[in-house]
Amino acid sequence: MIIGLAHYLTVAAILFTIGVFGIFVNRKNVIIILMCVELILLAVNINFVAFSTHMVETGANEPLAGQIFALFILTVAAAEAAVGLAILVVYFRNRGNIAVEDIDLMKG
Amino acid sequence: MLVAISFYLLAFVAIASAFMVVASRNPVHSVMFLIVTFFSAAGLFILMGAEFLALLLVMVYVGAVAVLFLFVVMMLDVDFVELKQGFLQYLPFGFVVALILLAEMIMVGAAYFTGETKALATYSGEKSNLERFGEVLYTDYAFFFEAAGLVLLVAMIGAIVLTLRERDGVRKQDITKQVGRTRETAIEMVDIESGQGVG
Repeated sequence: MIIGLAHYLTVAAILFTIGVFGIFVNRKNVIIILMCVELILLAVNINFVAFSTHMVETGANEPLAGQIFALFILTVAAAEAAVGLAILVVYFRNRGNIAVEDIDLMKG
Repeated sequence: MLVAISFYLLAFVAIASAFMVVASRNPVHSVMFLIVTFFSAAGLFILMGAEFLALLLVMVYVGAVAVLFLFVVMMLDVDFVELKQGFLQYLPFGFVVALILLAEMIMVGAAYFTGETKALATYSGEKSNLERFGEVLYTDYAFFFEAAGLVLLVAMIGAIVLTLRERDGVRKQDITKQVGRTRETAIEMVDIESGQGVG
């Protein structure tokens, strides 16, 4: 049995769907929502790496570009997690809870 | 055959634990399942032949991001059971969104793969993944690499500035105040008449 590109893309698609599903279901808990964002970014990374490793090298293209991009996504995801959790801590200090429904200071 | 077995095992563990991230009641368990998901994804990366990125995933996510999540979950004194209320209320809507999304992705995939099939082959070079990675990253993408460093620096400073707080009643060393002391503010010259103490 050969594991091809389609298999990896399927896994990534399912992970992405679970991430979006989690955001919609856990409407109250910001921490879980942040974790779901990480899941979505992981799914995107799997896509990038899958396409990069299954690309035929012709000389005109650079198959590793996908992996480089995955590296940058990893960087931005880490930065996003740090800043997001810092905002969460500050918000909890000021308001005493982190229920998403109560975050309506801007009346959006 | 071995590759197929490992793939299905890793994929199943990744998907099952990703679902448990969403479904589990305790956020600490969610973080643990997130770690399992990232480990399995790293395994998938190794199967694909991207070893460097797999190790990076373990280092960045398990070593840094998951620990950060754990710290925040344990630091916040929140009634998480209360936050979980409404889970069943949003469940049907969540399923509808998930199904639509999955159907869209399946349709895109089906349209792509049933059409003109492109030749897909795993590249095989004599150099290792890490060598090739470095050759590309430090030449073609050098500026982007530096920009990524800048992003991390900004995120670090931002997180520190956000969470730093000045509390009243805490005695702290204030270096500028110490260094800014002059002779005039520190010393008072008093003429004392003989036979009397300092009044």
